Amino acid sequence: MRRSKLALPALLAASALVLSGCATTSGELTLTVPEVPMKAELGAFEGELNIVNWAGFVDPKWVDPFTAETGCVVNNRDAGTSDEMVTLMRTGEYDIVSASGDAALRLIVGGDVAPLNMELIPNFSDEIAEGMKGQIYDVVNGKPYGVPIGRGANLLQYNEDVTGGEPESWDIVWEADSPYAGKITAYDAPIYIADAAVYLMYHKPELGITNPYALDETQLAAAVELLQQQNGIIGEYWSDAVAQITSFVGGNTVVGTSWEILKKFAAQDNLKTTLPKEGSTGWYDTWLLSSTSPNSNCAYAWIDYTSQASVNGAIAMNFGMAPSNIAFCATDADTQAHCDQFAAEDEAFWDQVWPWTTPIEECVDGRTDVKCTSFQDWTNAWVTVKG
Amino acid sequence: MSAIQKVPNRPLSTYLHKRPTTRLIALLALPMTWLVGVYIISLALLLVTAFWFIDPFTSKVIVGFTIENFVNIFTVPAYFATSIRTLGIAVAVTVVCIAFAIPLGIFMAKLARPWVRNLLAVAITLPLWAGYLVKLLAMRLTFTEEGLVNWLMAPFGINGPGFGIPVTILTLVYLWFPYMALPVFTAIRQLPLNLFDASADLGAKGWATVSRMVLPLITPAIIAGSVFTFSLSLGDYLAARFVGGKTQMIGSIIASNINLNPPVAAAFSMVPIAFVVMYLMIARRTGSLERM
Repeated sequence: MRRSKLALPALLAASALVLSGCATTSGELTLTVPEVPMKAELGAFEGELNIVNWAGFVDPKWVDPFTAETGCVVNNRDAGTSDEMVTLMRTGEYDIVSASGDAALRLIVGGDVAPLNMELIPNFSDEIAEGMKGQIYDVVNGKPYGVPIGRGANLLQYNEDVTGGEPESWDIVWEADSPYAGKITAYDAPIYIADAAVYLMYHKPELGITNPYALDETQLAAAVELLQQQNGIIGEYWSDAVAQITSFVGGNTVVGTSWEILKKFAAQDNLKTTLPKEGSTGWYDTWLLSSTSPNSNCAYAWIDYTSQASVNGAIAMNFGMAPSNIAFCATDADTQAHCDQFAAEDEAFWDQVWPWTTPIEECVDGRTDVKCTSFQDWTNAWVTVKG
Repeated sequence: MSAIQKVPNRPLSTYLHKRPTTRLIALLALPMTWLVGVYIISLALLLVTAFWFIDPFTSKVIVGFTIENFVNIFTVPAYFATSIRTLGIAVAVTVVCIAFAIPLGIFMAKLARPWVRNLLAVAITLPLWAGYLVKLLAMRLTFTEEGLVNWLMAPFGINGPGFGIPVTILTLVYLWFPYMALPVFTAIRQLPLNLFDASADLGAKGWATVSRMVLPLITPAIIAGSVFTFSLSLGDYLAARFVGGKTQMIGSIIASNINLNPPVAAAFSMVPIAFVVMYLMIARRTGSLERM
């Protein structure tokens, strides 16, 4: 299992504002977050660094040179889900985490992570992809909390032998009259509710959803209704990457949610991915620093080190996602091919993707007249969807 | 004289012989430390956690008291349906295991030649040697759309069951069958052969012999086996995840809440415990437990 991605709420909100044409930044949206001091200047290295990360983000190939350079010995633990990351970070035993936006905003509003002093991270530069800067999941109230690592979109994967062409719309996984009923897969996590919301934004504008991570109770109920309709035509839900791949390869699934990297692993010419007209959701990963980290100098050094093109690109290629540092793409033919496959430099593509963001009670679309549903509500709703 | 000589040779025995309480403590210290210290306390902590709740904003656990988590099990339709579904699956797994184990046990114990019996014994226990996840993935590959079952059935124009409740039950039977087959086989083996002769002499046909002689005598073994198949099925969640399609079991709810909402997970982990306790109480009323 590589990992289960959940929600990246903050990121989503920022892109939502961009998409809806409001000339605004996430700075205008004010969320209540605990006051956590920011590091002013770097000191001596502590000799140790403890990381919670997605599998493939920490590898001897780039850890060893880092340790040789700084003397910081890296201990890491692979997490399976965003929820596990949050739980582990709250133990206080880890200095940094490679959180997805669904975990990031929870950690920020919980006061578990500290704002970052970007002057101490010179490698965070113009080379970072535009679409990964200043997103709500890691920049809150104008303060940066995260440094982007990479991103991936939740795409519609289809078996071309069966569909006979590229589907234009997500309707084949949502509508009860889908020709592929019983052969449909969907991502098994509460954050998948946002995918229903993205579909509703396009097809039911009267619901007034402007951000799939800012749903009031009526909007959430509409999304749940759509998900329950989908439950009738679902073959299986997936959270395990291997299970998803075998499901597509074995013919149990014809269409459904996927990641570019899973299609690559499936290695079948008849399996293709597409970004339908409604747009989609995606996971954006960032380094976050624990607010109680005793090794913050090593942590800053690590975040800076992994933000340079070569290391950031190596992580992205190792995991199978678009790197945040797009200067990496021009390194050689291989890296350019990787960037092209994962659309690393194609901002028009990412404009249609809503980054996972933790839904919280304060509406991340900026509405103040209603209370939005929190991730807890989504978790409870998800159980009722699956029945 | 000889008794006096033995005293210095075995000081520990002498010491314990005079002190029955110390003897008892020494005997039970290790198992009780394990049972109370690790098992009972962690269960108690689980029960306590079930009354806590979480902050909806940060999803941090808050120590307090609410019975809402338990009320929800009954009032949220999805939770209740999942509990009943899981109970049904566990009962089905147990029934299928019993149905397989009795004829197999009679054949192995009374009819098979020794080498066949040994071969079958190895075949039954063999799956126990493989990793749990390996077995699940094997079942997944077997029942996949282009897998073995559909390939075998294709000539007859039959398409096997897709991933869902039936395949989940079959998979759990595959996982837990040895726990039923072995005690049933051992129990049947202990039945004297002349009981079968006597049954035949009295005019009983095969079915009457099984139902009126074998079954009552091996009921304790069946109960012992079913405690395993029933309780292991109740707690399982990976089978539902890998071969269940969209099937949700109690374990699925616990697994998806273990990080997000530990109090709900804790409350739900009481459901299988309640089912097993109810089952044991029913078994006790039949008197089978005393003979186990």
